[in-house]
Amino acid sequence: MQIQTGLEAGVEGALLKADVRDLDFYYGAFHALKRVSMPIYDHRVTALIGPSGCGKSTLLRCFNRMHDLYPGNRYAGGGIVLYPDDTNLLAPGVDPIEVRMRISMVFQKPNPFPKSIYENVAYSLRVRGMSNKNELDDRVESALKGAALWNEVSNRLKELGANLSGGQQQRLCIARALASDPEIILFDEPTSALDPIATASIEELITELKEKVTILIVTHNMQQAARISDFTGYMYLGEMVEFGVTDQIFIKPQKKATEDYITGRFG
Amino acid sequence: MLKPADLAAIRAIITRAKRWDLFFSLLGILSLMVGVLTFTVLFVDMAIQGVPRLSMDFFTSFPSRRAEHAGILSAWVGTVLVMLVTALSAVPLGVAAGVYLEEYAPKNWITDIIEINISNLAGIPSIVYGLLALGLFVYYFGFGQSVLSAGLTLALLILPVIIVATREAIRAIPQSIHEGSYACGATTWQTVSDHILPYSSAGILTGVIIGMARAIGETAPIITIGALTFIAFLPTAPFSGDPPAGLFDWIFAPFTVMPIQMFNWTSRPEAAFSINAAAAGFVLVFMTLAMNGLAIYVRYRLRKNIKW
Repeated sequence: MQIQTGLEAGVEGALLKADVRDLDFYYGAFHALKRVSMPIYDHRVTALIGPSGCGKSTLLRCFNRMHDLYPGNRYAGGGIVLYPDDTNLLAPGVDPIEVRMRISMVFQKPNPFPKSIYENVAYSLRVRGMSNKNELDDRVESALKGAALWNEVSNRLKELGANLSGGQQQRLCIARALASDPEIILFDEPTSALDPIATASIEELITELKEKVTILIVTHNMQQAARISDFTGYMYLGEMVEFGVTDQIFIKPQKKATEDYITGRFG
Repeated sequence: MLKPADLAAIRAIITRAKRWDLFFSLLGILSLMVGVLTFTVLFVDMAIQGVPRLSMDFFTSFPSRRAEHAGILSAWVGTVLVMLVTALSAVPLGVAAGVYLEEYAPKNWITDIIEINISNLAGIPSIVYGLLALGLFVYYFGFGQSVLSAGLTLALLILPVIIVATREAIRAIPQSIHEGSYACGATTWQTVSDHILPYSSAGILTGVIIGMARAIGETAPIITIGALTFIAFLPTAPFSGDPPAGLFDWIFAPFTVMPIQMFNWTSRPEAAFSINAAAAGFVLVFMTLAMNGLAIYVRYRLRKNIKW
């Protein structure tokens, strides 16, 4: 696949943050990603769309080496290069823990730890060896503010994260992902378990977050991709069918397959 | 349009189908009663015989040739000490093995074989453990017929129970929590110590206590390794001797345990001894029930703060 023309306008002023190059990935014998390439631009929101089983979550989970947790998964060629240091995230010599320290993730279903709100956010700092109480307090507060949750929880930081509503829990998970000051945050269908109001607040938050961090989001909701992303990649059967500026993908896709999916004729 | 006749037919079908509900619930109650009633009858019978015999003296006297002077002091102290050794050795080993198998072990055929064997170990008759322990602990390691040998034997016996309980408790933790920890950049050990162990501790503890409740009543392996059936002195109290060597005198002391004391008394011809046996049995069952009660309470306390 080649990057479509018309990208230049959207790219203007954007630096490359990461670059997926001819990535092949296998679940056992199943060829889940086939020579996938796509750029990820710094401080932009990039959305991955496509029907169920197309490989969009698989691609997302390559970015923080989540696949390494399970036997039988195999990166079979190509890589993901992270800039500015040109590190190939998938190289055998690169520690997946180092990758996860640089790139954090928000999951489909809110998954706060059964700990206090404070400890949930502090955890990503504690694994980085931070133990100074004042420093932790500051970082937790700013992460919760960044996730637009501070006003709701500032007086009950000791309560369990699970006592929050679904939307609040997801924002707590965003705060946890944000606290460590990552370079990229991965969102794996972050609103699919939430009601429309909570979804709207998460979407608003994501658009604000790109001031601070690069965002890669998988969504099965095309309107959501259209609303919040700057770039969109359409995947089908493990291949990147089309990648481009979101407006262009939704208004004037270059490929017939993309158009069929966007207009709801397929998928 | 529904006709009244159709409605009657539907109701007849429902009534007929519901007979099975009735039949099964009766069957269920009956099966339940077989277990519960049998236990209740046994327990009440034992209580009626034994409870009048219970007195302070019964707990503070050594066994004696005369039934009315005999007590369970050496037996309950022995049981407590043996259980202490069992818990201190089986819990760390079992939990570590369970955590290793769930979190660290590579998924290959060696791991599979180990897993199958652990399930099999739980089914081995306890007397076999007794024989193993007689050869290994008593003679080969030279621990003798001591509290230590008995405690380690029972630890082996309940190790599979603890390993299986640990693994079940770990598996009950949602995958999303697991992934959440790794996604924060945690290592496997950080994930285990910060999340896996704290969240599974209720389940692990339940397994530990179920195992201990089984061990407390075991007689065969303890007899096999040569516990005394009549003993009229106590081991030195744990950690009371001259340090450093004296601290552990108690683990090498000869001992007896509650079930052996009971067994000893029931094999005596005099009727007065069978009353002693009933009283000791009552105490033993009470100890077991108390442990189970503790398990329920602790599980409730620990689970209160764990919500997914």
